[in-house]
Amino acid sequence: MTGHDHDHSRTFQPDHAEPHSDGARVGLALRELLIEAGHYTPEEEQAVIAAMQHASPQDGGRIAARAWSDPDYKARLLANGAAAIRELGYEIEPYEFTVMENDASTHNVIVCTLCSCYPRSLLGMSPAWYKSASYRARVVREPRAVLAEFGVELGDDVNVRVHDSTAELRYMVLPQRPDNTEGWSEEKLADLVTRDALIGTQRILPTD
Amino acid sequence: MTTALFEVGQRVRIADRTPPAHHRVPGYAKGQVGFIERVCGLHGDPEKFIRGDGKPPRRIYRVRIPQAELWQAYSGATGDQLEIEIFEHWLELAE
Repeated sequence: MTGHDHDHSRTFQPDHAEPHSDGARVGLALRELLIEAGHYTPEEEQAVIAAMQHASPQDGGRIAARAWSDPDYKARLLANGAAAIRELGYEIEPYEFTVMENDASTHNVIVCTLCSCYPRSLLGMSPAWYKSASYRARVVREPRAVLAEFGVELGDDVNVRVHDSTAELRYMVLPQRPDNTEGWSEEKLADLVTRDALIGTQRILPTD
Repeated sequence: MTTALFEVGQRVRIADRTPPAHHRVPGYAKGQVGFIERVCGLHGDPEKFIRGDGKPPRRIYRVRIPQAELWQAYSGATGDQLEIEIFEHWLELAE
């Protein structure tokens, strides 16, 4: 931001010393214009970034553990994900939030083919592969091959359900509760849950 | 709230068109037929954001399409499915 001494320049931490593509230059110019036109303040921008960095798959793990432990909560979570997630005190973006349950005969996996929509406000930043053109193009067309590359081998008795997050809904997979976890505390159960299981690129949660 | 035009279980066709504006229907879904899986809420129309405020809002539906109908020579199980969010003005009842 050489030669630019507005206040909002000081709150900006570039990933690179200089913009390294035309797209990056356009993005920076747009940001400056939006701030100067008063659409948002640098402080609001910082707060959004901080909130996203604070969110993590651990939050998804706590939600899954509650659903495993409390059938009434699970029913509410599957019926209206956003309301049930806010019930636990999480602030999530005003999207409809849809929780898809895996069971013995169904495996759910999430993608955004058009861009890279991801429930950032709940799970934090998305993994690089989720944004890759390869994952986005292939998981809708050959989900079983992609899942196998992640180590998920599915028999023909399990149906794959791919969810293309193309518009205003956000998704989370509710993994199957692992066997031999009867009587476990919610805290201990939550620790079993991984980011990939919440996206659907992992099916089995190891308990040891 | 306007009334939803479609209900769960109805068979619908996704329009095959390419408006000269940002829209949220990927090419592979255009012209495809599926079932309404879920009736969702009203949301800003992406095609009306480029010049305007996304109004009037449009209802979103989740449409379930069998994978075997979506892709030629699909190699997975016959029960495999894809579910996708489609705005109401992209849907019509299918035979």
